[in-house]
Order: sequence, then structure tokens, then C-alpha cells
Amino acid sequence: MFKIVDKQVLNPTTIKMVIDAPLIAKKAAPGQFIILRVDEKGERIPLTISDSDKENGTVTIIIQIVGKTTMLLNNLEKGDSILDFVGPLGKASELDGYKKVAVIGGGTGCAIAFPQAKALHIAGAKVDMIAGFRNTDLIILEQEMKDVCDKLTVMTDDGSNGNKGFVTNALKENIENGADYDLVIAIGPLPMMKAVAELTRPYNIKTIISMNTIMVDGTGMCGGCRLTVDGETKFACIDGPDFDGHLVDFDEAMRRSTTYKDIEYREMHSDDCRLLNKINK
Amino acid sequence: MPNMALKKTAMPEQEPNIRNKNFEEVSLGYTEEMAVSEAQRCLNCKNRPCVNGCPVNVPIPEFISLVAKGDFAGAYEVLSSANSLPAVCGRVCPQETQCEEKCVRGIKGESVAIGRLERFVADYHMKNFKGSVKKAESNGRKVAIVGAGPAGLTCAGDLAKLNYDVTVFEAFHTAGGVLMYGIPEFRLPKEIVQKEIDMLKNLGVKIETNMVIGKVLSVDELFESGFDAVFVGTGAGLPGFLNIPGEGLIGVYSANEFLTRINLMKAYLDDYDTCIIKPKNAAIIGGGNVAMDAARSAKRLGAENVYIIYRRSEKEMPARLEEIEHAKEEGIIFKLLTNPVAIHGDKDGRVEKIECVEMELGKPDESGRCRPIVKEGSNFTIDIDVAIVAIGNTPNPLIRTTTKGIEANKYGCLVVNEESMQTTREGVYAGGDAVTGAATVILAMGAGRKAAKAIDEYLQSK
Ligand SMILES: Cc1cc2nc3c(=O)[nH]c(=O)nc-3n(C[C@H](O)[C@H](O)[C@H](O)COP(=O)(O)OP(=O)(O)OC[C@H]3O[C@@H](n4cnc5c(N)ncnc54)[C@H](O)[C@@H]3O)c2cc1C
Ligand SMILES: Cc1cc2nc3c(=O)[nH]c(=O)nc-3n(C[C@H](O)[C@H](O)[C@H](O)COP(=O)(O)OP(=O)(O)OC[C@H]3O[C@@H](n4cnc5c(N)ncnc54)[C@H](O)[C@@H]3O)c2cc1C
Ligand code: SF4
Ligand code: SF4
Ligand code: FES
Repeated sequence: MFKIVDKQVLNPTTIKMVIDAPLIAKKAAPGQFIILRVDEKGERIPLTISDSDKENGTVTIIIQIVGKTTMLLNNLEKGDSILDFVGPLGKASELDGYKKVAVIGGGTGCAIAFPQAKALHIAGAKVDMIAGFRNTDLIILEQEMKDVCDKLTVMTDDGSNGNKGFVTNALKENIENGADYDLVIAIGPLPMMKAVAELTRPYNIKTIISMNTIMVDGTGMCGGCRLTVDGETKFACIDGPDFDGHLVDFDEAMRRSTTYKDIEYREMHSDDCRLLNKINK
Repeated sequence: MPNMALKKTAMPEQEPNIRNKNFEEVSLGYTEEMAVSEAQRCLNCKNRPCVNGCPVNVPIPEFISLVAKGDFAGAYEVLSSANSLPAVCGRVCPQETQCEEKCVRGIKGESVAIGRLERFVADYHMKNFKGSVKKAESNGRKVAIVGAGPAGLTCAGDLAKLNYDVTVFEAFHTAGGVLMYGIPEFRLPKEIVQKEIDMLKNLGVKIETNMVIGKVLSVDELFESGFDAVFVGTGAGLPGFLNIPGEGLIGVYSANEFLTRINLMKAYLDDYDTCIIKPKNAAIIGGGNVAMDAARSAKRLGAENVYIIYRRSEKEMPARLEEIEHAKEEGIIFKLLTNPVAIHGDKDGRVEKIECVEMELGKPDESGRCRPIVKEGSNFTIDIDVAIVAIGNTPNPLIRTTTKGIEANKYGCLVVNEESMQTTREGVYAGGDAVTGAATVILAMGAGRKAAKAIDEYLQSK
């Protein structure tokens, strides 16, 4: 069992949890993730290691509440435990040797992009962060991001923070104004990562994206996380989750990410749903 | 007086049209009377040809003659001296190409039902054994086992009996390997596997789940933390795909994913959260046990039509005979000499059809099986909504890419000394599918046993 040592609500649909997991904390590197299972009858879901503390032996995860498992997770409080928690899985991001980097986060993706920005910043690279949210109420980690970059731009889709537009608008502006990026990292919803990759392609700027595919084991056994990169089949859990955004078949990945859309909808709205029973309890 | 019936004593089974709608065990096992009667078919041959057919040389006539006398507990003693997972092997060994193939009764009529008797004896023991296993005294030397499949579990049990302090590290949240996540409940009830694992725990074996070795801890770190030897039994879990157009469509699964969602994650039970697409029409590509298991599972999830698509003929199918027969009885449709060339989807990217070509058999290839050749222009399609790829697995690269000094062959199988099961690195042993590529439970078990003996010798000499 893995104890929740802290829980914070970041915005109405996003929570942060600090989990006691000393072995994982010791090894975790930016870009890696864990897989957890809340209870005996739960799904295994992947979540990025947003931060880790070797001394205290804790791992931080930031969770957007989107479906069953994340709701069950949200029902847990500080002091409760999670049944299974395995990691660090996936390859660590390769962040050595870059001088000027744009790190872009979309929504909860900011939580996943944060450790990369932090690592680059500590390594001495110049880091511009661009964060996008639907509206100003959803903004998370603003101070944390500010602390690990040279310039933070926060965009909102509806302009409610006074800065209307998508992350790609801000990125384009930075590039056209002469920001000489040798790397762009984009993490967020698939359409956002695709848009960033399309934007940087003509400028020939290396672009790394993080694939949040469906997963089961996270060790290369099920193939559920497969995607096509440069015409080849790759497994996000062992070959990634980072990939070259210019080579990923985003359309296929976007289709595959909808695999359980109908099933989830049905389960969440049926009367005998375990989740609803739990919440109502 | 031996029982001279030409046929095996039949095993009671659930009716095909009932069992293909539930996940309960298909074969119900012998009663005591049936077991005694079948055991009396054994001629107690002096030269014991059957024993040579068994990879771990179970003393077959010896245990069977005790069954014939009604001494089931004595039979278990004999059986378990050679086979540490008899309840499992009795159910899943490909007996027809091993022990039973060599049985003299098979020359005229059917061989003795060695597998069924083995299962009977093991089940009898599980049901009636009241004593408790004694926790082994630790000799203070620590051995780490990586992977809790049949290879790792057997190695762990043998070493614990030799008083080693044994810890098994398993990547999944449950121990058992393919026995838990691959082979379905209706063929191998998980309760049986769990009992075997509990027995090991009673022996003093520690099992740490959620431990992906190579990620959480490396083999080097295992040594640093005080383990004196390491056994790698990580299996062959990496699924192969066909590399044909359409494999990225929604509804295309590897058999590993499909079966894991069902067996380990219990997608067929309503009170579990596990998602799975319940097929209406499913195509399974492949002809081995894995393909049969996926097909029969798809049927049990409610599919109307389930097709096995296999490019050679039935004779070449690597699946156990019993699985092929059971699959046919349950209404699985066999499309033999058929090879898929593409999977087609609808506008949302969901599987709609599988396009295949007919094949004919040419000359035998290096494996001795006839090489299938495409009949040009024979393309046709089958309407499906789920396709399951079951064309084989190779060893996972995680250990070999994170451990210095361990060599693998071009297929990714770990290289070992066949006598000692030692890898190319001192103190590190390996066995099971990680060494042979996808094989059988009994071979994995035998390898685990051999490695335990070698590890004992190595640590004694150190
Ligand atoms: C490497 C990786 C890192 C991730 N990091 C984070 C993170 O730090 N924070 C965060 O909020 N989310 C993250 N995700 C996405 C997160 O795993 C999903 O939001 C979560 O699985 C949804 O589960 P659910 O049961 O609540 O939702 P449901 O919609 O009910 O999902 C049901 C099932 O569908 C699958 N699924 C649905 N959406 C996704 C998705 N986007 N990605 C993967 N599987 C999905 C899961 O298997 C899940 O069990 C990450 C995904 C991956 C692959
Ligand atoms: C669907 C299916 C049906 C089958 N049917 C039959 C049958 O009827 N008869 C038969 O004889 N054989 C059958 N087999 C084959 C048989 O199951 C295997 O040959 C056997 O299980 C191999 O045993 P193993 O111990 O080598 O590996 P596995 O059983 O594969 O176990 C390996 C274990 O190691 C774990 N692991 C992997 N990597 C790591 C790591 N880095 N760290 C920690 N743990 C790790 C895995 O999670 C797994 O639990 C079948 C296989 C499948 C998939
Ligand atoms: S272990 Fe398998 S091969 Fe050996 S006797 Fe038993 S059933 Fe036959
Ligand atoms: S070969 Fe057959 S009949 Fe002879 S001892 Fe073995 S099981 Fe009995
Ligand atoms: S999650 Fe199963 S292979 Fe990647």
C-alpha cells in the first residue's frame, strides 16, 4: 500500500497528490511516469511523476479528473492509501546540451512539462514556458512554473486572464521575434501537441512531445500503448513516452485514444455503476 | 488385471453451448472411481517410455500405480517430487506431444490419460491435505528471483526448501506470470494458481509485486543490496504484430492485452472497472494456445462469430489438441490456409473488416512445417469489429538492456550455459521463456528447477 501524504485541490478538476514511495522517488527522472491501481477492482492508469523528493521518499502526481479511476482517486484523502503504485516507468527525457528551449504545457500537461522545465533550468538552459488553459479559473502551477523559467506566458482560450489565444500563437510570436530555440517540448492534449509540431516543422526546430496513450502494464507486454513513429510501431511505455513530434502519426493516436469513449460513458451513467455507488456512499 | 479399454476414461465437461457463455472451468476432473479405473489402464511398463516424454521425468508409472491402489496421498508424494506445479501441468501440458505420445497404450487405442490423472492427484491433495508446510529455516544467504511465472516460482520454491532466503520480484500487481494473466480461468482457475503461490509464501518465500526490475531496481542494485545470486525468469512477454495496414485501428488488440484485461483485470466481471471492447464478430490471427484462448474468451464475452485465421492447415497448428477440439465444440470458426493482408476501418477508425488471402502449402521449410504460399487474387473480406493478433511473443528487452554482462541471441533470448542455466554473468541465472522464447509451462518449470540446483551448488562453493 502506498500512503497519500498530502493532497491539494489545484483547480475544480485537478488535484495534486504526494505519495510515499521511496524506491520510486530515488530513481525518478523527468519524463518518467508511474502506473497506479486504486483498489482491487480498479483499472491501472498511468500518471507522470511531476516531482520527486529523494530525501522524504515522496513522489508528486497531478491528476486531472476525467473518468472513473481519476474520480476514485479524488475520493481519497490525505492519510488514505493507494493499492498499487509502480515506477518509474518509461525513458527519462533527454535534456542534455540544449541552450534555449521552449517548454509548452496544455492544461494538466503543464504538470507533466514542469519537471522538464525544471531540469533544463537547473542545467543552465534558457527556458521559455508557455502554458495554455481554457480559462483563468483553470490555471495551475503558475508560481511553480515562473520559478523554473526565464519567461512564462500564460494563454487562455477565452482570454479571461487578459491573454487570449492558443499556446501556438505565443510560440509563433516568440519564434518570429527571434527566440532561437534549439528545442521545443510540448505536452498536453494530442491536438495541441500536433499543432505545435506542425508549427515548428517549417522552422526545423527539434520538437519533443509526450504520448499519453492507453496503457495496461507499462512494461512492453500488452502493446496497447503502441503508436506509429516514422512508419514504425513503437510502444509508448518503453520506447517513450517522449517522441519526435515531427515523426508521430498523431491522427492514428487521436483515434486510438477514443477506444473506450462509449464504454466509459455507459459505465459512468449506468445505475449499477460501482463508481457512482462509491461516490454516493 | 489392467483395464484394457481402448479409450481414455472420459472426463466430465460442461456442455459446449453452456460453457461458451461462462468463464468457469470447462473440464470438471475425474471422480475417485474414474481415476482408479483410468489408472488401471497403465501397464506399468518396465522401460517407462512415457517418462522419457516428460521434460521433468515425472515417475509416471509409479504415481499411477498408487492411484490404481487408491493411495492418492502417496501418489501426490511421488508426483510432487518431480513436478512442483502438478495441478497446473495436469491441465495445460501438451501431453499429446510429451508423456502421452510415448505411452505404449497409444499404439493401439488411446494412451493412458496421464495429464488427467496428474490433475486428479493434485486436486485431491489441495482439497484434502490438512497439514501445513513447514517454513524453511533460513541459512542467511539471499537469492533474488525476477519474475513470478512458473520458472521463477519453481526456482524460488526449490531454493526455499534448501533454506535460502528467497525474494521474488514481480512487475505486475499479482504473481503468477502467464498462469495469471494469459491462460484463462476456464482452463486454469486462478484459485489454483493462487494456492500454489500461497504455499510458497508459507515456505517463507517473499513476493514483492509492483517491482519492475531494470526500472525500480537494477540487477546490480540487487547484488549491492545483499543478494548473493539472481535468477531471471521474466518470460517472453513482448507481443509481435503483423505489420499490415490497419493495425492501428480501434479494436485491434494483441492477445496479451486482450487476455490480460480479461484474466488479470477481470473485464468480464461487472464489478471491475476494466474496459474492454466486447466483440460481436472477432477474428483471431494465429494457431497456438494463445490464439485458442483469445478466441474462446471472445466467445465468452458474447461474440456471435469468432474466427481463427491461420495460414497453415490444422495439422501444423501448435495449440494443444484438447484446446483445438474444445474451441471447435464451442463454435469457433476455423479459417485455415488463410492469411490476413489488411484490416479496414470505418470513418471513426474502428475495425470493420479483415481482408485475407487463401494460402496453399508448399515444401517444408527449415522448421519442418510446410511453407504456406499465397494464392494470387484470392482476396476476400470478413466483417469483424475486433481483431486479436496472436502470432507470438519474444523476450522483453528490459533486463538485458539494463544489466551489464548479460548476453542475448538475435531473438533477444538470454544466453545461458545449458547445464547450469548461468547467464554470461557470474551469479546471474535465467530460465523459462526468457531463455527459450515462448515455450511451455513444464519447460519453464524444469528450467527453474535446474537453475535452483545450480545456484545452490554455486553458493555452496563460494
Ligand atoms: C505516460 C502518461 C502520462 C500521463 N500523465 C498524466 C498526468 O500526469 N496527469 C493526468 O491527469 N493524466 C495523465 N495521463 C492521462 C491519464 O492516464 C488518464 O487521464 C487516465 O488514465 C484516465 O483514467 P480515468 O479512468 O479517470 O478515465 P476514463 O476516461 O474513465 O478512462 C478509462 C480508461 O481509458 C484509458 N484512458 C482514457 N484516457 C486516457 C488518456 N488520456 N491517457 C491514457 N489512458 C487513457 C485508461 O486506460 C483508463 O483506465 C497520462 C497518460 C500517460 C500514458
Ligand atoms: C495465452 C497463453 C496460453 C498458454 N497456454 C499454454 C498451455 O496450455 N500449456 C503450456 O504448457 N504453455 C502455455 N503457454 C506458455 C506458458 O504459459 C509459458 O511458456 C510459461 O508461462 C513461461 O513461464 P516463465 O516463468 O518463463 O514466464 P512467464 O509466465 O511469462 O512469467 C514471467 C513473469 O515475469 C514478470 N516480469 C517480466 N519482466 C519483469 C521485470 N523486468 N521485473 C520483474 N518482473 C518481470 C512478468 O510480469 C511475469 O509475471 C501459454 C502462454 C500464453 C500467453
Ligand atoms: S508434467 Fe506434463 S509432460 Fe510431464 S507427466 Fe505431467 S503432464 Fe506429462
Ligand atoms: S507407457 Fe503408458 S502404459 Fe506404460 S507405464 Fe507409461 S503410462 Fe503406463
Ligand atoms: S502499456 Fe503495455 S506495452 Fe506499453
